[in-house]
Amino acid sequence: MSEDESPPLDLRPEPPCSSSSAVDSTPNKSRNCISSSTASQTFPDHVLENVLENVLQFLDSRCDRNAASLVCKLWWKVEALTRSEVFIGNCYALSPARLTQRFKRVKSLVLKGKPRFADFNLMPPDWGANFAPWVSTMAKAYPWLEKVDLKRIFVTDDDLALVAESFPGFKELILVCCEGFGTSGIAIVANKCRKLKVLDLIESEVTDDEVDWISCFPEDVTCLESLAFDCVEAPINFKALEGLVGRSPFLKKLRLNRFVSLEELHRLLLGAPQLTSLGTGSFSHDNEAHHQSEQEPDYAAAFLACKSVVCLSGFRELMPEYLPAIFPVCANLTSLNFSYANISPDMFKPIIHKCHKLQVFWALDSICDEGLQAVAATCKELRELRIFPFDPREDSEGPVSELGLQAISEGCRKLESILYFCQRMTNAAVIAMSENCPELTVFRLCIMGRHRPDHVTGKPMDEGFGAIVKNCKKLTRLAVSGLLTDQAFRYMGEYGKLIRTLSVAFAGDSDMALRHVLEGCPRLQKLEIRDSPFGDVALRSGMHRYYNMRFVWMSACSLSKGCCKDVARAMPNLVVEVIGSDDDDDNRDYVETLYMYRSLDGPRKDAPKFPLLREKAPCISDRSCSEVEQAWVCLQYQRRYSSLEPLRGGTGGVKAISNYGLVLEGMRRAKARGFSDVSH
Amino acid sequence: MAYEEVNNELNLKDTELRLGLPGTEEQQIEVSCVLSNKRKFQNNDENSLKEESSPSPAKTQIVGWPPVRSNRKNNNNNKNVTYVKVSMDGAPYLRKIDLKMYKDYPELLKALESMFKFTIGEYSEREGYKGSGFVPTYEDKDGDWMLVGDVPWDMFSSSCQKLRIMKRSEAPPAL
Repeated sequence: MSEDESPPLDLRPEPPCSSSSAVDSTPNKSRNCISSSTASQTFPDHVLENVLENVLQFLDSRCDRNAASLVCKLWWKVEALTRSEVFIGNCYALSPARLTQRFKRVKSLVLKGKPRFADFNLMPPDWGANFAPWVSTMAKAYPWLEKVDLKRIFVTDDDLALVAESFPGFKELILVCCEGFGTSGIAIVANKCRKLKVLDLIESEVTDDEVDWISCFPEDVTCLESLAFDCVEAPINFKALEGLVGRSPFLKKLRLNRFVSLEELHRLLLGAPQLTSLGTGSFSHDNEAHHQSEQEPDYAAAFLACKSVVCLSGFRELMPEYLPAIFPVCANLTSLNFSYANISPDMFKPIIHKCHKLQVFWALDSICDEGLQAVAATCKELRELRIFPFDPREDSEGPVSELGLQAISEGCRKLESILYFCQRMTNAAVIAMSENCPELTVFRLCIMGRHRPDHVTGKPMDEGFGAIVKNCKKLTRLAVSGLLTDQAFRYMGEYGKLIRTLSVAFAGDSDMALRHVLEGCPRLQKLEIRDSPFGDVALRSGMHRYYNMRFVWMSACSLSKGCCKDVARAMPNLVVEVIGSDDDDDNRDYVETLYMYRSLDGPRKDAPKFPLLREKAPCISDRSCSEVEQAWVCLQYQRRYSSLEPLRGGTGGVKAISNYGLVLEGMRRAKARGFSDVSH
Repeated sequence: MAYEEVNNELNLKDTELRLGLPGTEEQQIEVSCVLSNKRKFQNNDENSLKEESSPSPAKTQIVGWPPVRSNRKNNNNNKNVTYVKVSMDGAPYLRKIDLKMYKDYPELLKALESMFKFTIGEYSEREGYKGSGFVPTYEDKDGDWMLVGDVPWDMFSSSCQKLRIMKRSEAPPAL
């Protein structure tokens, strides 16, 4: 799971000597441990290769493998032969052909597509990240493929069919936040992949094609170990499911969707006591089917039978009065996910008081500060906490606040990861967490009201986030919110030396903020920014970093197209995508969204074409620059013409004639060259 | 606006410095960069403006904020979601839409057109849909199949259980 921390090995120049050249006499081959055969008198290459192969096959971590492959040409070659699990963090960083050319024996692929902000409707729906070219290439190159793990990828039913047909030993299919397929594709996988162990559909959009896919599993005993379909919004043939579970003796993890009722769950549990991870379906009673009499099954007894369950989730359509049924398993739980259940503190506390071993806890803020205090009092082993808003709007009632955060920080000292949505917060509570929880690696605080200050002192949240980066020495992921000035970013740049992922929204005052981060955070890999006043100067200041990053996302900032083109021109291995609309002629230079990423294989060929797309040649200066054309992908969509909006790129909120700067051609050109009209 | 009238032939409004293109009549917006309520690439229920007492007039709902995935939002407000299945004669797969995402017939029909890649023709009360080979129908609470567009939108969206885009040749003459 550890991320690649070294620069992408492929972007370094290949070791200059080609494999075919026998003699290699240039003196700067100090890194070649095996020089040509004329120089070496010890072992023939092929013996060393065999030895190396036998050694390198034990390397699992991709960081180690990347490092090993840089030692010399031979190690590069052998490492490529022995790498069986490949991780690709951005599907557009390289082409499928490049993958199969380098790695010949891949059994497992992890592939990530769209950037995270695509989850929040900030990207056009048909933007890309298609699985099709990958699966078709791998079908020929890796017939022994066993595992595919995709995140934010567009997968079609045809793609799934190709997987099912091409890989006879296929074992694991994991689709996280994916879309483009339906139950018919799943049915094909279920039917044809006879060695299937894992079928995990997680937070994916699955079309209901009215196919009874559960019945498509073969009739004999299955290899299934994990089956998760809680995101599938389609009714399930329960009888077939019951039969499937009955003939899956290795099944450990089962996540049901909301179309499985509580009574049905009861029957399943009685037949599958070996489960370790359970996602319930609908946790409510079907009032039409039963009377309120002795006919109601003993749900608690069913849970009692599941002595091995350590991970519990689901609880969709919850009727809280049935919650006590889970009491028997609480003491064993290490992971509990209530994030789809609207539970009040009174319903919640009796349960959490039994969960002493809990390490991972997800919930809605309906449990209130009171519920969080109960968590803090009981769950001393807590490592990960996520609190989601029941009412995810900016100005809704906020049942959780700094009180809950403070309590957690005091009670759960081993906390490593937190995601916390709230309506109000104080610096004091955040500082407290920074001091009490030194193990924090992930700190994501979302104060839902934009630009909201510390609600007690009225000050910006700079000091709180500053304390986090300063005191949490292991911090690798940070998401900030609330009212933040450039000072917060100064802290990040000064102390956030291990930060790899940074998420910024509605924050900062000027370009300096982003500059602090780009100049101060050497490990930064993923940068996502929205609605913040960062412009061209800031973008230029990071050019020494972009090849060492997976991607940069900036939307609704103050960037100009001219600057983006300059960056594209200066960095040929960077793909610079500008996504926006141009029905506002005055805004010709304004960049709505910038998404840029390093790539070995240039801009993608599958950029979407819309019927309304107006092809517009980029307005490059007199010199035609073919590199710019290659690296520059300008996607322009016509959006509905809404009311006129004020122009951007002004002087950071100050009223000045330069707010009309885009009308003043000279100013526009100057800004494109990096000049700013803000003095610091 | 205080400067609307021309007082003593001094049109103060003309010389007023403010954010915005000349000629627009917008009210003051408090923060410079927080301006977007563009309907960007989305059609989920996020942009339905809810009246709440907010401190500033410009705080309308923002696309993608707070950053909560739509599957979470939908699940929390389970009671409010009206998913209906949409089938089209001749299309291999069903689709599903949330009726709450649309506020009137033209929006819904446009979405269907782009979903299934066809045109729906013009609606008229007397003659139904003219000019295309397809007729949009829906099944209501009573199990009857009706023509889309005949009843007021609110009545339709609350009683529609299922949508079916029929081929004109299959549709009963009454539709």
